[in-house]
Amino acid sequence: MSGYTVDARIRWTEWIPFVVALAGFFLLPEYLALGSRILIFILFALSLDLILGYAGIVTLGHSAFFGLGAYTAGILSAKLGVTDPFIQLSCSAIAAAILGVATGAIILRTRALTLLMLTLAITAILLEVANKMSSLTGGADGLQGVVVSPILGLFKFDIFGHTAFLYCLVALFIGWWAVRRIIYSPFGAMLTGIRENRARMHAVGAPVYWRMVLIYTISGTMAGIAGALLTQVNQFVGLNVLGLEPSGDLLVMLILGGVGRLYGAFVGPVIYLVVQDWLAKQYPEYWYFGVGALLITVVLFAPGGILGLADKCLQLLRQKSSAKASAR
Amino acid sequence: MPAALETEKLCKSFGALTVAQNIDFRLEAGARHALIGPNGAGKTTFVNMLTGALAPSSGRILMNGGEITKTKQAARVKLGLGRTFQITTLFRRLPVLDNVALAVAEREGVAKRMWKAAGRHKEIKDEAMALLATLGLAEDAGTPAQDLPYGKQRLIEIAIALGLRPKVLLLDEPAAGVPSQESARILQVLDRLPPEIAILIIEHDMDLVFRFAKSITVLVQGEVLVEGPPSEIAHDRRVHQVYLGEQRHA
Repeated sequence: MSGYTVDARIRWTEWIPFVVALAGFFLLPEYLALGSRILIFILFALSLDLILGYAGIVTLGHSAFFGLGAYTAGILSAKLGVTDPFIQLSCSAIAAAILGVATGAIILRTRALTLLMLTLAITAILLEVANKMSSLTGGADGLQGVVVSPILGLFKFDIFGHTAFLYCLVALFIGWWAVRRIIYSPFGAMLTGIRENRARMHAVGAPVYWRMVLIYTISGTMAGIAGALLTQVNQFVGLNVLGLEPSGDLLVMLILGGVGRLYGAFVGPVIYLVVQDWLAKQYPEYWYFGVGALLITVVLFAPGGILGLADKCLQLLRQKSSAKASAR
Repeated sequence: MPAALETEKLCKSFGALTVAQNIDFRLEAGARHALIGPNGAGKTTFVNMLTGALAPSSGRILMNGGEITKTKQAARVKLGLGRTFQITTLFRRLPVLDNVALAVAEREGVAKRMWKAAGRHKEIKDEAMALLATLGLAEDAGTPAQDLPYGKQRLIEIAIALGLRPKVLLLDEPAAGVPSQESARILQVLDRLPPEIAILIIEHDMDLVFRFAKSITVLVQGEVLVEGPPSEIAHDRRVHQVYLGEQRHA
């Protein structure tokens, strides 16, 4: 889905997620809170796909950016009285970008397991900091009193979540558009080159390390914005935005949907969060079991994720129909 | 006139193991030069030092008279130093065209652009395509590199290096593992490379070496044993002893 041989024009199928989201807005008004959460996690998963699926950077610490973004927006509002949503988003983005450059410049010199452990360590440290600095973050009780002003002074965040859902949808649309641009650009092609063969990328003269720091920062910034959205929508921040768990959940979502496919980041969070929501109502004690079983099934039988499986089915269908056509 | 590439007293050791010892070497502009030697002579180590993949323990490397000993690999590529790998090092799952286009885009400084689609950079695609055509790979442009026969993969290896428009080209065993009927095709390609490129070839296929190279350096245990035109090397007694003789017994 990137490179010099592909056609970058938007196909009609690519509008499906947004049509579905809008349809959901009108048809399932009682699920808008879940819907907003899904939209936020799609944006978060998109940011992960950018580094994992395209540049081949494996991380268990992407929640560091998400959590930093969430707390930045929360603290600005609850402690400093900055309630404008766009100022909150911008500050979260800047904070996440700074974290991206600072940590990326250090950890991206390493590879594989070392890198994985370092990403995990960074989010674990942030989790502990958020836990201990309770005067600022609310610690284990979470940060209360987050206030968000109406968007552009016009659209108030209502208790039914109408505004929140559309706000998240617009943010996701912009994020999707930017990620799509990057993926299809020469930079995106270059990223797949790094993923496929780093030694060769060095040998064609690419400053691989700096390029990786750059994409890591862009991805982190997006994750930070996603975190800020979560704060604004929930008007609350808890410790569960940091650490291994949200990173792991995110990774599971992306693997479920399909890594390196752009739309895997859409399919994965929808399935994961809907299944989670349903299981949590049916079997409040065992819902993780169901999610685990789903992941094992997908990894065993559809290593390319749900989209990878769909791709294979389509190919088989096409082969069959072309075989039929030639038999005639 | 300064040499295209030159080393002065280049040394490299890993602990007690010395793999390069005071190598003085000159690659003239437009040269067709071969580096040969028995297994473990330090040929690939030498090439890795030239490209910057490996730092020498001591000594100097100069390109067109300018010192590049401490220059980073990517910067040496920008100066016009291209290489191919002994073990095929391609973007295996990417189409053949992308394999070459990535190199061309990097040279043109297009690779860091994030907005306009790669597929709409016609000048990059056209150049990559033209390059593939000269190597007889035009039909394979859309095929993933890993789906091509090995001989063609070796040609892509060369195509990527040419996409950088190198002034100096280091070919690390371009015919390694290629069946003899296909190595003729590789020689054909090498023969048609632009004469202004200085080429250093490392190769075990002596047939190819003696047909392609105008001068030969023999490396033994990290040291230059002898250097000269093919006719002299072929009749040098020391070379026969350490190298060709060894081969006959093997």
